[in-house]
Amino acid sequence: MTPDNLMTAWLLRQLPSDAAAWLIAQRDRLRTGTSERDFNLAFSLAPRRLGKADLLLGPEDLAAAHRARPGWDPRGWSADQAGRLVLLLAQGGDGPAFNARLRGLLATADLAETITLLRGLPLYPDPALHLAQAREGARTAMRPVFEAVAHANPYPAAVFDEAGWNQLVLKALFIETTLAPIQGLDRRANPTLARMLCDYAHERWAAGRPVSPELWRCVGPWADDAARNDLAWVLRTGTAAERQAARAALHAAPPLKKFG
Amino acid sequence: MFIDTHTHMISRVTDDYERMAAAGVVACIEPAFWLGQPRTNVGSYIDYLSTIVGWERFRAGQFGMRHYCTVGLNSKEANNEELAEAVMEILPRFALKEGVVAIGEIGYDEQTELEDRYFRQQLDLARELDMPVMVHTPHRDKKRGTTRSMDVVIEQGLDPASVVIDHNNEETAQEVLDRGFWAGFSIYPGTKMGSERMVEIVRRYGPERILVDSACDWGVSDPLAVPRTADLLRCGGIGEDAIRQVTYGNALAAYGRNGQMREADWLDPAPIDQRTLYMGNSVLRGGQTPRVETGTGRADAA
Repeated sequence: MTPDNLMTAWLLRQLPSDAAAWLIAQRDRLRTGTSERDFNLAFSLAPRRLGKADLLLGPEDLAAAHRARPGWDPRGWSADQAGRLVLLLAQGGDGPAFNARLRGLLATADLAETITLLRGLPLYPDPALHLAQAREGARTAMRPVFEAVAHANPYPAAVFDEAGWNQLVLKALFIETTLAPIQGLDRRANPTLARMLCDYAHERWAAGRPVSPELWRCVGPWADDAARNDLAWVLRTGTAAERQAARAALHAAPPLKKFG
Repeated sequence: MFIDTHTHMISRVTDDYERMAAAGVVACIEPAFWLGQPRTNVGSYIDYLSTIVGWERFRAGQFGMRHYCTVGLNSKEANNEELAEAVMEILPRFALKEGVVAIGEIGYDEQTELEDRYFRQQLDLARELDMPVMVHTPHRDKKRGTTRSMDVVIEQGLDPASVVIDHNNEETAQEVLDRGFWAGFSIYPGTKMGSERMVEIVRRYGPERILVDSACDWGVSDPLAVPRTADLLRCGGIGEDAIRQVTYGNALAAYGRNGQMREADWLDPAPIDQRTLYMGNSVLRGGQTPRVETGTGRADAA
């Protein structure tokens, strides 16, 4: 099933009948082509008509999501978010037309709309066309907006280039959110990122600030001699969680050159 | 608990948010206005409205403050016809955003023909969307301008019970209340009301349909004006119920009409709103501890 059909099915299962009827009527009207004003009104009204309850999803729903788009993880999505994306996708259009609409919506989006539109990134036609909007979301100072791109979202790992990926990981540390929910964290690890993260750890140490233990996960597979020294330092001086992270990183590290 | 119904928080610093929250202000409303200098194009207007529905709301949330706003074309910039036409085009895109409690602040500045045209058009929009209205009354020729504002509201077919006439003084209060409108009083040194005079107003007219606000902005103004006025009212012998009404209850009744501002927003926040508004610490620098509200409710607030 396509993502919009899946979301519609989930919504119909849990919405009161009048809300469900409103959604279907709006979607069908948008599919036949209607004015920009009608779309804007429906998109704006969605939370008031559909409510903001969490989507009620079971394991088979998550499996269906993953089949529709690899990595798509709708856990924690709300009814208004899914409903808005159903309306957006109902208008159809190829990548460039869709991107123009997405840019227009983001330009006047409130916080909840921004989060919705960015969570939807993996569901849109021609995903790579929306890279600039995803990168902008990953540059924000608003943590929930950042997390809409970075967490539980297959988009960055699939589309960001190495420089963009590395900025995303560093930004996550700067705004003190977690790295674990970032999909593809191990697969996209790279020597440049490992070097940037070690530099960042040194900055934090120099300032007497704590360093997230999660950081070492992206360092381990590309640890050079300098990084090994950093990990050894953490093993000697770190908290229990930091020592555990350092041990895991050293375990993932390549064999030492002088012995290999 | 207090609600300040008129605050231009984009001009205020984080100290203000901290002091307001500590003094018991749980929610504030940011009316769209000019920026002290006129905007020259609709693009900067769009970004401004995006700021007050988005970033400022988020920023306030980090200090435990609920932030709402009104959207509208202000009377000063209504005199730039090209800009005004473009703003009227995009206003419907913002009127139904989350946390937008009214169309405002709109009305007259110099009572020109252009001001009148866009005032009426925006009253029509409010009627069509069933939204409350915040009316800015002019500082010059105030009494006549206030009367005229109310006349026009009635001519456009709005119910006075959905309209707040703001920036009142001793000269305008009687008529505004007699005609069934909400009457806002901005405690603003120099040009508007003073706290001491406010005690007399409440003593004379009682608490019905009266709202006290700070109108704090980029000028010399006091973001704590509402809690300070509450103290003065108490010293002046006004009863607790009346104080609560003019600094909290009436605000909720007047601006909660379209369901965008509810007491539950600060007493019992929904988990989804916690996720979108009460997280992050981007305005906190260097080792400060973020005020992140977790769990349910903060019913102990002031």
